[in-house]
Amino acid sequence: MSITIDDIDFAGAPVADVPLASHAERSVASRRIVTAFGFWVFLLSDVIMFSALFATYVVLVDMTAGGPRGKDLFNISAVALETGCLLASSFSCGMASLGARARINLMYYGSMIATLVLGAAFVLLEIRDFAGMVAQGAGPSRSAFLSGFFALVGCHGLHVTLGLLFLLTMMAQVYAKGYRVDILRRLLCFALFWHTLDIIWVGIFTVVYLLGVAV
Amino acid sequence: MFGKLTWDAIPWSHPIPLFAGIGAFGIVGAIVLFVLFKGYGPYLWREWITSCDHKRIGVMYVFLAGVMILRGLTDAIMMRSQLAVGYRSAGYLPPDHYDQIFSAHGTIMILFMAMPFVIGLMNIALPLQLGVRDVAFPTLNSVSFWLTASGALLVNMSLLIGEFAKTGWLPYPPLSELTYSPGVGVDYYLWAVQIAGVGTLLSGVNFITTILKLRAPGMTLMRMPMFVWCALVSVLLIVAAFPIFTATLAMLILDRYLGFHFFTNEAGGNVMMFMNLVWAWGHPEVYILVMPAYGIYSEVVQTFSGKPLFGYRSMVIAAMAIGVLALLVWLHHFFTMGAGGDVNAFFGVMTMIIAVPTGVKMFNWLFTMYRGRIVFATPMMWSLAFIVTFTIGGMTGVMMAVPPADFMVHNSLFLIAHFHNVIIAGVVFAAFAGYTYWFPKAFGFRLVESWGKAAFWCWVIGFYLAFMPLYLMGFMGATRRLQHYDVAAWYPWMLVAELGIILVWIGIACQITQLVKTFRHQEELRDMTGDPWNARSLEWSTASPPPVFNFAVLPRVASRDAYWNAKQRAIKTHSLGPEPAYTDIEVPRNSPTGVVCAFFATFLGFAMIWHIWWLAIFSFIGAFATFVAFAWRDREEYRIPAAEVARIDRANRSARLAALDQLRAAE
Repeated sequence: MSITIDDIDFAGAPVADVPLASHAERSVASRRIVTAFGFWVFLLSDVIMFSALFATYVVLVDMTAGGPRGKDLFNISAVALETGCLLASSFSCGMASLGARARINLMYYGSMIATLVLGAAFVLLEIRDFAGMVAQGAGPSRSAFLSGFFALVGCHGLHVTLGLLFLLTMMAQVYAKGYRVDILRRLLCFALFWHTLDIIWVGIFTVVYLLGVAV
Repeated sequence: MFGKLTWDAIPWSHPIPLFAGIGAFGIVGAIVLFVLFKGYGPYLWREWITSCDHKRIGVMYVFLAGVMILRGLTDAIMMRSQLAVGYRSAGYLPPDHYDQIFSAHGTIMILFMAMPFVIGLMNIALPLQLGVRDVAFPTLNSVSFWLTASGALLVNMSLLIGEFAKTGWLPYPPLSELTYSPGVGVDYYLWAVQIAGVGTLLSGVNFITTILKLRAPGMTLMRMPMFVWCALVSVLLIVAAFPIFTATLAMLILDRYLGFHFFTNEAGGNVMMFMNLVWAWGHPEVYILVMPAYGIYSEVVQTFSGKPLFGYRSMVIAAMAIGVLALLVWLHHFFTMGAGGDVNAFFGVMTMIIAVPTGVKMFNWLFTMYRGRIVFATPMMWSLAFIVTFTIGGMTGVMMAVPPADFMVHNSLFLIAHFHNVIIAGVVFAAFAGYTYWFPKAFGFRLVESWGKAAFWCWVIGFYLAFMPLYLMGFMGATRRLQHYDVAAWYPWMLVAELGIILVWIGIACQITQLVKTFRHQEELRDMTGDPWNARSLEWSTASPPPVFNFAVLPRVASRDAYWNAKQRAIKTHSLGPEPAYTDIEVPRNSPTGVVCAFFATFLGFAMIWHIWWLAIFSFIGAFATFVAFAWRDREEYRIPAAEVARIDRANRSARLAALDQLRAAE
């Protein structure tokens, strides 16, 4: 049954006689828009999860149970190196997106490998950092503060690790299937994911490390 | 090799869970064997298990909810019977087992009955109401369903293998910490709920995208049916609140598995962090459940009053206002925490304010009915019972929003009566109304009315008998989670409540009878028209059951109540308008991703519960491999040729023309 456009709105006012095309074109979005929008919403949910961890960390930050504080533990230059790796990886991830869009293999694979190396370096530096703290007796079971710290920073590290799996999958997919429309859509999602992790790291660097050594 | 899992995990010395478990899994096993023996396996695999069709997934969700309501009500009658005999006696359930039952009852009823029920109804109705062919991500939708089913399976496995949590439906620390709950019960809860929670979150993402990005041409936001609006608020709350729950449970998992100190009594842990975080999810969760219920009542009331919904705009504003306020009231669950007068006053006032938009909705439903031609069909009767009963529940809620009053009845049976009053009358009645209302759309035939009405009366009277005494006993000082008591004044009321739950079970028996009779007499109950209730929104403009592509051509929407207006015009002009130009339609292919992923998730959960680390690693790799395999597919859709679309739609159009003739004759 086709439905025409001269209906009366039951609120009483006649519906403005808008040409149908303007509604029609706007209401059914393209696959790219739908996928990216859905992934955005998913990322927002992830950000909310992190905000719960941030809130917990802030509440527990003084609960050191007589153990070390952030000031005693954080090596700000090592963390700055981690930050540098992650920020640079975001740049190379952006270059990979451009390379994929331009369909230049060297630029795409080169940038993806750079992202992989920088991301892996970030994770390894973080693991080294964590291992050093545990070796000093400042592991997550030492105090509520350290529980909050390891959960928040570790959750981000876990996300980066999963992001690396995502990255490898995307390299393999482009290799096997070429720059197909659906592959590019997924690549867009990967890029959104990677940049979001960067934004969260900026929060962690500020709230955990900078405020931690300042206090 | 098998972690903590030994033969002692099976409750040999506890006959009740042992036989209940053997019975339940025996029945499920027998059904599976029967299906395989009869050769239905390939059909089920092809048409249901791997289906990415939102209507099929919706039916499976409702089926899951139906099975879980039986489990939840079994727990309920066991508890009520324990209290009916537990006066000056130990009763028949040892405290250890009784605690598991009330925990399982709450967990199952909220997370594995009410949630799947409302998400299932959303799945069935929402894309049809929006006039589109499917949800935004059909395969993800199947993943969501199967993860929910995986969580439900884990909770029920705890019956036979190990034990369930003894902490209540929200595992409050420090009781839920390893020191006080060393068994696997809390772990069952944590992993089952985490796995199902991922499914729910993905559903939320999927539906937000569907509603905001996929609508029929001309379906502007302010033309959406009220059910869609209410569902939108609900799924926005899912995405806003479920991640908090995931984080909170993850922290408890870290406490229990790796010796973290989030919620412990030692090393600076903060127990009240858990209460704050868990209710920052838990209170929105209440609205996640009840918003779709409001939507169902809106659809039902306007359809069976033969009138458009009164005050559409105010309904939308009220729904969105409730959505925002839902996030600002969590502290009223623990006024007794001692946050101080100012904090309690703020949250008390915010809580009371929620009564305002809810009241707006109530009056809108009443005015929709006012001077309408009310048809007392079963869905409408559920809605009427809701309006009366929910108002009572809402008022007791406002009473408890007053902090000093809350101090008096906190953790008493008054509270139990209150939240059952709002959840049963709000959500469960709506679920039954929606089930009856959309059943013909999903299956192509109506439910038998007489048994539906019998079930209605049993449920409503049973509800009042079961829960009104709890208000009284709450005032008399009876606390929740009591296993036995020796106060003579409570005893008669406990017996009345027992009578109530028996009546509810008779209602359930009526509903099962109704379903059996319906399938037996489906030919007489068949809905040839696609519009059995003379309704208003677009899901009724297509056949019952709808073709896999829902609409041969996407409907063009130019007003609220789009289908009603088109129908009135068609009645007037004696025609459906010119036949549209049919084109090929692409429909999502089946995919086993969901069920395979849930298979691995179940093993992952089980392995984590029992500390079988190698199995956990294998399951994780399996789940990841499933996703990669899914990502490797080249064709996600298959094509239905225009000729086939035309054949299906012409049959629908001729049936509809006949129906319009009938409607015209009736007028």
